[in-house]
Amino acid sequence: MAPRVVQIITGAALAAFVIAPLMAVWLNAGSSARFGPAEWAALRFTLMQAALSAALSVLLAIPLARALARSRFWGRDVTIMLLGAPFILPVLVAVLGLIAVFGQNGLLNDGLHALGFEPLSIYGLQGVLLAHVFFNLPLATRMILLGWMSLPAERIRLGQSLGLGAMARFYLIEWPMIRRILPSAFAVIFVICLSSFAVALTLGGGPKATTIELAIYQAFRFEFDFATAALLGLVQLVLSVTAAALALWLAGHDRLGIGLDRPAPLALRPLLQRLLDMVVIGCAMVFLVLPLALLCIKGAGGLADLGTPVWFAALRSIALALGSTALCLCFALPLATRWGEVIATLGIAVSPLVLGTGLFLIVRPYVNPFDVALGVTLCVNALMSLPFALRILRPEVQAVEQNFSRLSSALGLGLWGRFRWVMLPRLRRPLGFAAGLTAALSMGDLGVIALFGDAERATLPLKLYQLMGSYRMEQAAAAAVVLLLLSLSLFWLFDRMGRYGAQD
Amino acid sequence: MKNFTFAAGLLTASTALADTPVLTVYAPDYFASEWGPGPSIEAAFEASCDCDLQFKTGDVLGRIILEGTRTDADAVIGLNTDITKKARETGLFAPHGQDVAKLTLPLNWTDEVFLPFNYSHTAFIYNTESLPNAPQSFDELLAADDSISLVIQDPRSSISGLALVLWVKAVYGDRAESVWEQLAPKILTVTKGWSESYGLFTEGEADMVLSYTTSPAYHIVAEGDLTKKAAIFPEGHYFMVELAAKIAGTDNPELADAFLAFILTDTFQNLIPTGNWSLPAALPVSEWPEAFQELPLPEKVLFYSEDEAADLRAETIEEWRRALSK
Repeated sequence: MAPRVVQIITGAALAAFVIAPLMAVWLNAGSSARFGPAEWAALRFTLMQAALSAALSVLLAIPLARALARSRFWGRDVTIMLLGAPFILPVLVAVLGLIAVFGQNGLLNDGLHALGFEPLSIYGLQGVLLAHVFFNLPLATRMILLGWMSLPAERIRLGQSLGLGAMARFYLIEWPMIRRILPSAFAVIFVICLSSFAVALTLGGGPKATTIELAIYQAFRFEFDFATAALLGLVQLVLSVTAAALALWLAGHDRLGIGLDRPAPLALRPLLQRLLDMVVIGCAMVFLVLPLALLCIKGAGGLADLGTPVWFAALRSIALALGSTALCLCFALPLATRWGEVIATLGIAVSPLVLGTGLFLIVRPYVNPFDVALGVTLCVNALMSLPFALRILRPEVQAVEQNFSRLSSALGLGLWGRFRWVMLPRLRRPLGFAAGLTAALSMGDLGVIALFGDAERATLPLKLYQLMGSYRMEQAAAAAVVLLLLSLSLFWLFDRMGRYGAQD
Repeated sequence: MKNFTFAAGLLTASTALADTPVLTVYAPDYFASEWGPGPSIEAAFEASCDCDLQFKTGDVLGRIILEGTRTDADAVIGLNTDITKKARETGLFAPHGQDVAKLTLPLNWTDEVFLPFNYSHTAFIYNTESLPNAPQSFDELLAADDSISLVIQDPRSSISGLALVLWVKAVYGDRAESVWEQLAPKILTVTKGWSESYGLFTEGEADMVLSYTTSPAYHIVAEGDLTKKAAIFPEGHYFMVELAAKIAGTDNPELADAFLAFILTDTFQNLIPTGNWSLPAALPVSEWPEAFQELPLPEKVLFYSEDEAADLRAETIEEWRRALSK
């Protein structure tokens, strides 16, 4: 949509923003890097858990997205919004929520105990997968759901008038769409899980569940071994970009023609099918929302004791989230191309620790890093959300390009005209979703700020950690509730704006 | 973005005036947050120095190493002995020049650069209601039924986790790896840092958590909860001491010296127990808050010098990793 020059400049700026910190760390390394058996073991485990987590999340998301796409019921909007909740929580909070349900003393084991069954353990590979599916199933579902929503109504009507059965309908109409979206949904989740660290360790049960990110942390934290940290950071980067490029290569093109943007007709479906859909949605809701509900119940008691510093931190987090969102969308629109998406993967591919340390080294000669901590965090948050935003926007942008560029040219629309009259009306829904996701992700992030964060400039997630560090577990739970509610509200607001006046 | 930074600056507008000298002290997050001792220490010190004390928080040593001689810090607080070798090797720190005879540590402290301000010991904390018969020695813990569950921290990502592997090494020496193999079935999980572990413990996930001998004090003083106890092992407990130091290249040497001297005063030391939930380094037991005086503390203290700790670190972490990966 944007001229090629803008695309190239944006892409190059983005790549520089990621590569330069990595280089800075590398150049500051005094020693040579090590990559021993422990690092190989970490690499193997990292790849294995990321692949399994992504596969599970994406596979489970297909029936869920399908059920949501076909069903209309009261509270559907709220359901879809709540489905996004786990993804945006700080890891620590989400893990505590999961443990309230699946832990040793969680609801599930209480139930099993009452029925006379052996307790199940959340700790081990199953715990890592459970947590990663908990985080990423919502994301995968929303991505695939957008695909379903974008199926032209005309195509479905044609299918109906041709009398296609369920199988034929799936194979001819839905499968091409799924095939287009699935590989990159898989890639995004794979990349997120690559850099998982606290979840993998806590729920993995111990050093067997070591990821590369932990090795990076160790290299920095105790060894101050920049060479190893940079090398491991590079390994992570190469893995992520390879995954993203592979996904692009696998994703086929959808060439079944365009429609007139009318909402898809709802076929009358047999009662059994409708029931089945409700069961699928119900199970997903219980799985995703119950842990959060338990967190809220626990944290509600401490809300009154939170005090002004926490509320100020909350305001700071909101400002940060809005800034990140604006910046992220500025990057996302010009980069909504196939290769833009690969470049954007760099954002989540590089370890926050490497990124933060590298940026520190770069800005240090010119400004005091403390003074720009929030600015740096804002940029990093925007960068981290970019792959998600692009994953959501790119297929829509490209579909609009493909389907309307000849018409636009024929009508003599300029750049602004195309954006205003062709792009924007069709991009509202994905734009709203992308903005909501970015804002919420930025609210919950505790990456770079933990490295530079001043007590006086702390964000809400940092406050939460400070509360825990001072043993104030109850207030920490309350801060987590505030964080959850704020993230959800931001998400809801943006998402709502994207769908305002839409026809469903 | 400029506007944004400006707005953020307004939110946190500093009260510093241009003509008051500023003393910059790097401190860990927990120390300088409003729930730590930082704010009261700041107020008390500023009352005596006619200066502006500013704590800058984050990973203290990591930042100092990154900044090198260009650091803005005049002093640092919150370093730990197990990593001071690295700190000393930077050559960025100056002798503290304080009279260490005032120290009331359970061991003799002669370091000229790093000055202790509080201490505690690694310990397993348990809940007396859910675990009435807690193991009373390390050997008992090893021999205990495997149904006892522990949560510990990873020595590769946390200072308390590192202290734990050193603790086991100090108690069992060459047997450490087999001790870890014996402990393995009791270890419910390993977390990135202390917060995650302690969160799991307070959720009731595990019977015991690796923490500090002073952890029960918080529950007693702040919550009136007497059920959290540290299991005291006669084999001894690993000593965790937190340190402060002066930056050699500081622009404010007098203020930095004044701050280090302030650390040993009763004013500062009295803020430590219920501020940092730790034991003051220069205050006789009789002047501790009552709850702290009554805390069960180990009689035997185990400790590695920074050289020993640095030499043992890689080996002990590897033993731990091997044993728990089986």
